[in-house]
Amino acid sequence: MSFLELRDVSKTYGEGPTEVTALESINLSVDRGSLVAVMGPSGSGKSTLLTIAGSLEDPTTGDVLIDGSRLSKMSHNAKARLRRRTIGYVFQEFNLLAGLTAVENVSLPLELDGTSARKAQMAGLAALENLGLADRAKHYPDQLSGGERQRVAIARAVVGERQLMLADEPSGALDSANSEAVMRMILAACKGGVAAVVVTHDAQLASWADRVVFIRDGRIVDQTLPPPSPESLLESVAR
Amino acid sequence: MSVRHALLGLLIEGPKYGHQLRQEFEARTGDVWPLNVGQVYTTLQRLDRDGLVESDDAAGEGSQNVYRVTEMGREELAKWLCTPPDLTSPPRDELVIKVLVALDLQDVDVDDVIQVHRRYLVELMQQWTRLKEDEGEFDLPLALVVDAELFRLDSVVRWLDAVSGRLKRASLDQHTPSGPRAAAPTGPLLRRRLVARR
Repeated sequence: MSFLELRDVSKTYGEGPTEVTALESINLSVDRGSLVAVMGPSGSGKSTLLTIAGSLEDPTTGDVLIDGSRLSKMSHNAKARLRRRTIGYVFQEFNLLAGLTAVENVSLPLELDGTSARKAQMAGLAALENLGLADRAKHYPDQLSGGERQRVAIARAVVGERQLMLADEPSGALDSANSEAVMRMILAACKGGVAAVVVTHDAQLASWADRVVFIRDGRIVDQTLPPPSPESLLESVAR
Repeated sequence: MSVRHALLGLLIEGPKYGHQLRQEFEARTGDVWPLNVGQVYTTLQRLDRDGLVESDDAAGEGSQNVYRVTEMGREELAKWLCTPPDLTSPPRDELVIKVLVALDLQDVDVDDVIQVHRRYLVELMQQWTRLKEDEGEFDLPLALVVDAELFRLDSVVRWLDAVSGRLKRASLDQHTPSGPRAAAPTGPLLRRRLVARR
């Protein structure tokens, strides 16, 4: 069973002549340990897809299932708990809280979920250490580089027992070396069993995914086939 | 790719055998561009003929010769490194032609044509990225070669995205009779420009 499933999800905004269809009949499954990229231009509906998958917004029709549970059947509180415990979000603009240090930002979701401050802090430090940021734990966001800020955001998205990572243009305005580092981290989380969805317009970013789904005007129009091994690529170069 | 200049670059470090040059060339290009021995010796013979390298004939004929770069070879390499490749005239790109042809055909959905190529390019990029993921973090030459390929393929995807965007805008303009570009259909305009370029 897939960890995340979108079944025939549609989303419309407005009514009558001002009605706008943002998503139409989206079907998408993401297994544990796999990274799926949703690739499309601005305005294609990819960010809406992510907010619906992350329970931040409800679909107009269709169902979202996380670990087999229908979001539409969950109470407001259950969904909030799911967001705190199970889902990690990574945004283009990092969305770190300026008044908190790196480790406080990372441990905040755990504290909000009732974990003691000390345990949350330890988990936060461990997550930062895994991403090579232990020496930046006490720094505030404005004391960090863009690449470091995004790594803190990734640490926040994986801290605790998160099983689903949802990332919206996670490399933002980072340079190619930092973008690569971000994708390596997301991939490492997937290898640890996390299911991840990255939405992006950037083919280089999308190419890190196991599967790339193409979205246009709110509809999934195509997807990649499982890529052959890199060895076949080298064989074709040799020919 | 200039094998000639790559070999000169390797010989700057000191005299080398032909088979050694082949191994080092492959290692330093991340093993992505295989080179056969025949290619190496043909290139070395030409470099020798042009006075850019010299061989140690005392060692005998063929593969046991040691090659060293000459002063002229050093100058040629320095000149080549700082000479930009000729990028002034656009190549007659097959994909561009395909899209232009598709634009003129009534029964063909250009978006479908674009998507077939976009998917193929992204699948190719996934393979290159996988190679970088597996090997590239600590293999600098391989990472550089793979990056070059990824940026090249990415630029083609971006061009396809730009085509999609332009077609969408052109289609919206056509549905707006008062739109400023309503009278300038995309296909013929592009065709006139291509003809003018020839």
